Order: sequence, then C-alpha cells, then structure tokens
Amino acid sequence: MEANQLLSFEEVLKLLPYQKPFLFVDTLSELSEERVVGHYTFLSSEYFYKGHFKERPVTPGVILTECMAQIGLVCLGIYLLHLKGNHLVQDNLSVAFAEANMRFLKPVLPNTKVKVMAERTFWRLGKLKCEARMYNEDQEEVARGTLAGMINKTG
Amino acid sequence: MNREELKAKLKEIIEPYVQNKEALENATEETSLLLDLEINSAHLVDIILDMEEAFDIEIDDENAERMMTIGQALDISEKLLEED
Repeated sequence: MEANQLLSFEEVLKLLPYQKPFLFVDTLSELSEERVVGHYTFLSSEYFYKGHFKERPVTPGVILTECMAQIGLVCLGIYLLHLKGNHLVQDNLSVAFAEANMRFLKPVLPNTKVKVMAERTFWRLGKLKCEARMYNEDQEEVARGTLAGMINKTG
Repeated sequence: MNREELKAKLKEIIEPYVQNKEALENATEETSLLLDLEINSAHLVDIILDMEEAFDIEIDDENAERMMTIGQALDISEKLLEED
C-alpha cells in the first residue's frame, strides 16, 4: 500500500480502529475527497437491543450517530490522511469525536440495512467536519446531522 | 487595527468556545489557549477558521501550530495582515 495511491474500500475498512461489538461499518460503496457512502446491517443479535427498549428493540440514537461518525468521519478521514501522503497502519491512527448535532427522523428496527452518505464540510488542521444522512432500505431518511472529529496520524 | 483592537476582536472570536468567562476576561498576552482557557484542539481549529474570516487572512498549518497563546495569535494575525 503505497502512499499517494488511492486506498481501496477494503483497505479503509481494515484500518478502522474498531471491532465487534462496536464496529458499525460493513461495506463502502463510494469514497472520494468530498464524499463517502457506507452501509451497515443492524442485526437483531446486537448487544444493545436487550436493553433499548425492554421487550421492544429499537436502535439507539447514539448508535446511529456512532455509525454515521464511523463512516462520515473515520472512513473519510482515513482516506484523506492517506491521500495526503500519510502511511497508515492499524495502531498509528488517533481518532476523537468532537461534535454532533443530530436529528432522528424514523426508528431503525433490528435487521435494517442502513446507508450513510456523508459530505465533507471542511478538513483543516486535523479536524474533519461533515454533513451526514442515514437511509433505511426503503430509501427513507432516518437520521441526519452535522458531525466533526479530530483524526490524525500519531508518531 | 491596532494591537488592542485586534486583541478585543480576538477575544470576541474566542468567547463562544470558552467555558470559563472569567479567565477570558482576565486574559493577557501570555494566556495559553489550551491550558488556561481550556480550549480543546477541535475548537482551536474553529477559532483559526473564524479568525481567517474575521481578519480576511489565511493561516497555514505552520502558523496555526505556533498559536499557543493570545500573544502568539496576535503576532501571527498582525504579520499576516501586514503581508496582505
């Protein structure tokens, strides 16, 4: 994986600093300097459905937010950092969630495959900000928001 | 804009990102943005973008990284305004 070459979807996913049960990206289908599209299926076996809510599983808004941040900030951030010539490996990535201003429009039930589309607002001095939208399988918008985080290579 | 006017404008820009308003009120040129005013690195980027807009200057990465105190932020702004 040479610096300055574009990263493939698989290479970006491999560099994500998350694992089950807190990895909320399955695949990517679009990635450019300005935009990312990613997908995740919320399986009915996810750990949080047991408690949110009692006897009535609904995906928590904080988890939707996390899914949108992992795609819109971290996947896009990895792509941009690499493009700028940073050689990235699993453990030299520093990620911090900084801001979220969210609206939740429809409930996301277990076994829903969601699509997240995010567009970069700016990327300056390690801070990435984006506008993100999440859709269900019926292409209905279920959540939207403005997200920002710090993403840098360490060492 | 003289240095005092610039300082007043800078404090105005910083104000929304500072919890401790008293520390900002009493800020001197030596006041550290991160340590004394407890501004996090994400908000420091916002302040730099707001300064660029307010003063119509472009602050590159090198200058941004040197902006640790109120005085340094003023030095960099003055230098960039002169170059304009």
